[in-house]
Amino acid sequence: MSRKMFVLKVFIIVTVCMICVPVSMQQHKAGAFSNQVIQHGAVGDDVIELQSRLQYLGFYNGKIDGVFGWGTYWALRNFQYEFGMPIDGLAGQETKNKLVKATKYNEQHVKEQINKGNDFTHYGGVDLDKQKKAPQTGGGKQPQTSQPQTQKKQPPAANQNQAQTQNQAQAQKPTAANVPTGFSQNDIQLMANAVYGEARGEPYIGQVAVAAVILNRIESATFPNTASGVIFEPRAFTAVADGQIWLTPNEQAKKAVLDAINGWDPTGNALYYFNPDTATSGWIWTRPQIKKIGKHIFCK
Amino acid sequence: MLRGILIGILVLGVAGTAFWGYQEHREKNAILINAENNYQRAFHDLTYEIDLLHDKIGTTLAMNSRQSLSPTLAEVWRITSQAHNDVGQLPLTLLPFNKTEEFLAKIGDFSYRTAVRDLDKEPLTDEEYKTLTGLYEQSADIQKELRTVQHMVLENNLRWMDVELALASEEQPLDNTIIDGFKTVEKTVESYSDSEMGPTFVNMQKDDDQYKYLEGEAITEKEAAQIARKYSGFGENAEVKVTENGKGSDFGFYSVAITNKKTKQDANMDITKKGGYPIWYLLSREVDQQKISLNEASNKAVKFLKDNDFENLDLFESTQYDNVGVFTFVTNENDVRVYPDAIHVKVALDNGSIIGFSADEYLKSHHVREVPKPALTAQQARKEINPNVKVMQEGLAVIVNDLNEEVLCHEILGTLGNDTYRIFINAESGVEEKVEKLQNAEPVYEDVV
Repeated sequence: MSRKMFVLKVFIIVTVCMICVPVSMQQHKAGAFSNQVIQHGAVGDDVIELQSRLQYLGFYNGKIDGVFGWGTYWALRNFQYEFGMPIDGLAGQETKNKLVKATKYNEQHVKEQINKGNDFTHYGGVDLDKQKKAPQTGGGKQPQTSQPQTQKKQPPAANQNQAQTQNQAQAQKPTAANVPTGFSQNDIQLMANAVYGEARGEPYIGQVAVAAVILNRIESATFPNTASGVIFEPRAFTAVADGQIWLTPNEQAKKAVLDAINGWDPTGNALYYFNPDTATSGWIWTRPQIKKIGKHIFCK
Repeated sequence: MLRGILIGILVLGVAGTAFWGYQEHREKNAILINAENNYQRAFHDLTYEIDLLHDKIGTTLAMNSRQSLSPTLAEVWRITSQAHNDVGQLPLTLLPFNKTEEFLAKIGDFSYRTAVRDLDKEPLTDEEYKTLTGLYEQSADIQKELRTVQHMVLENNLRWMDVELALASEEQPLDNTIIDGFKTVEKTVESYSDSEMGPTFVNMQKDDDQYKYLEGEAITEKEAAQIARKYSGFGENAEVKVTENGKGSDFGFYSVAITNKKTKQDANMDITKKGGYPIWYLLSREVDQQKISLNEASNKAVKFLKDNDFENLDLFESTQYDNVGVFTFVTNENDVRVYPDAIHVKVALDNGSIIGFSADEYLKSHHVREVPKPALTAQQARKEINPNVKVMQEGLAVIVNDLNEEVLCHEILGTLGNDTYRIFINAESGVEEKVEKLQNAEPVYEDVV
């Protein structure tokens, strides 16, 4: 009887060890930055780690969203100042080393919160579990202590793999995105809709051109001053008039819009364009023509 | 018996169809009326605002005290922008109605420029007063024409939907009263030439003297093709097609389309005729994964600019969109950043190659400048900003202000709460030229898209 107990105890101890050791090793390995120098505007896992570590020390008070914005920039500069390093706002090797030394980073916890869409912070010296709040819609009462969670992942090797790839796939989707100054993601979406409806059969450059015309109109004194104003101006775009604007745009249309917003104007400041095969208005032919891209002629 | 049932079914069917048709008809009418009402509202708003505009310009003429002049001019500015909005809502885009829109824009610009100016120090000049008088008379004409149209619309119960139909079926002769009325308005405006705006009136629209600073000889099509080949880096596989600009362009340029015969990638590029400067270059290809960091990419962009003889540039902004890095550079002249001289570079984060380049703004504004010494010190400039803003970074910069002039400013980056602001204080006068709230990352609303 007692021998049986002993065997059982040994078995339990061994399994516990087997579970715990890989967990701690994994955490240790994942806890360090990759080799890149992180700079303003960057997106990704390294930025999540940077923000978490800066928050651990209380330099960063914003949301940990994986986008290196102004808040992160000032936090990093303050950190560099306090630790007597050259203040350049770049997270290079030295800065990263100092950060790793000075802080703890619980990657699993942070990633988990991000994936669940929880509201959370990562300040040092406070129990991490007290620093999170589930979103209201998610019915915030899931048991979330990190220990049992990691245990579940361990035993069968195949399962572990799966869990990891899943983890990676989710981690690659940041919860925030860079947007060009003056435009929201919805503006971009709306413009992508218009571009797709108007020029989905055109080469990429022709799509950038259509987006550029929309932007030129917004800037022009003689047109409305908003993206929606320009797009929905009655009779301005055929795609709006016949409802093609509500087709779902592809990624390319969105990229074309981003390029146009970021400063590419293939049209030479055109305000109008038309397809010479289908144009119904004689007036449009009287506009001074700048160039032809794809099927469209662009005019002033 | 069977016949009876059949007839019954048929009758039911006919009645059902009739009912359905009636429902559809009613719905359609409701929507038509709704659209019509929107047009009517925009139109009547427009006439009302032109009335108001005329009155307000009239009162400014009578005003002497500067304190009352500024607010009224601001009011004029507000009204023109509203009137402008209303014009935009009318289905007139394919009517030649742009002259009226331009006219509104000009009144707006003029009133804005004079309203924001310190009229105590710089009172209205005689020229400007004359311009104002001119605008007053012109707005009277427009007001009269618009009122005539409005009267006809109300008298004959005209509908804007008919205008839509008339415009849509181009074959019919356009004898619609509304269209004719607006054509008259347009003609009235057209007769005011620009010179009546007075010589001091500088158009606030985009600079039309394009690329005036460029130097060098005109290049040939062959040379343009050569330059494009160099930028694309396609080497032997390149298939190049050069086209000249259309007649309507303000400046001469070549458009070059380059196709890589092997990879089937397309690149496009515009090159100025004078001097052969690259205006923009864009390669369209998929970038599926990130292998290099944004920082490495920015170094590639710097090297690219150096290789192509763009010098003294500062990295001003770097942003990552998916797997592409976009960088903005501005000229740095003796530690003064010149913001109008902007160059954008797009770098693929998979292999660090340059996939886009735009020097449009740079080529239009870059020239040798005499940057004056700042009259105010950084210390003094700090006193001009909101005391709640925490100053984080300072520097000198040349920007284009609201009056379209290049001015030397103290640039102050500061934070207020969680937001970062970029503030420009005129280094001559201490005027707060511009305050920008810098963009924060936007949360992704996955459920929406």
